[in-house]
Amino acid sequence: MGSVASRLNVRVQNGVTRVEFVDRNILDETNIQQIGEELARLIDGQVNPKLLISFKGVEHLSSAALGTLITVNNRVRSKEGQLRLSDIDTQIYEVFVITKLNKIFKIHETADKALASFA
Amino acid sequence: MSAAGSNPSGGSSSASGGNAFTFECLLRDQGNDVDHVQAVVAEALEKHGYNDKSRWAIRLALEEAIVNGFRHGNKSDPSKAVHFGCRIGDAESLFDVRDEGPGFDPDTVPDPTEDENIEIPSGRGIMLIKAYMTDVFYFKPGNHLRMIYRKS
Repeated sequence: MGSVASRLNVRVQNGVTRVEFVDRNILDETNIQQIGEELARLIDGQVNPKLLISFKGVEHLSSAALGTLITVNNRVRSKEGQLRLSDIDTQIYEVFVITKLNKIFKIHETADKALASFA
Repeated sequence: MSAAGSNPSGGSSSASGGNAFTFECLLRDQGNDVDHVQAVVAEALEKHGYNDKSRWAIRLALEEAIVNGFRHGNKSDPSKAVHFGCRIGDAESLFDVRDEGPGFDPDTVPDPTEDENIEIPSGRGIMLIKAYMTDVFYFKPGNHLRMIYRKS
């Protein structure tokens, strides 16, 4: 499966692994599964991972994607790491509010603000 | 709108009922067929004056409903299809999604916003459908979902 294109753009900045999505729509189950696996690998490769997931450019997101984010959050916490989300479009943020997931995720308006929030 | 027999199979559309747009088809593939339905619906919604916010809400609800049909209803059995139908009018739209599974009781689905469920990674699809659609009905035995969206 080495030839499968990554669904994430990843770079490390000040000790924080900063992730953006390649796709504008995070709906397709196969893609979501791949995103979950890629994020799991990133988390597992670090001690006390610091992960920032930016939703810049993301227009649609399904409940399956929310499920993957919850799994990622649990994984980061189990490694005593920190997870931040940023750049969430207004309509997508409403999905977080409806599902009350805005209470379990640390969500910041911009990636810079999220970066500044890591302990 | 062409009703040509490309996938999804059996797609047919008409402008019956005044200027309402109707379309129905059988979905067999969770990827391409769903994309096709979303494109057909999006075009019809735009023609009937649904704004960005409405189209966004309907797209999300349809995605959740169809994925639930494939995954939970049909248990991802590739021999089973999801039946889709819609009637899109100027004031309101109706969407039917029916799977070929045994059905379920939607009242038994746990509330994903309760503290004990909030970290469980599944079970939010129905909640989002109910949040974004004006009316939602499940016909017994629970494998047929009808969603109504009214412009506010």
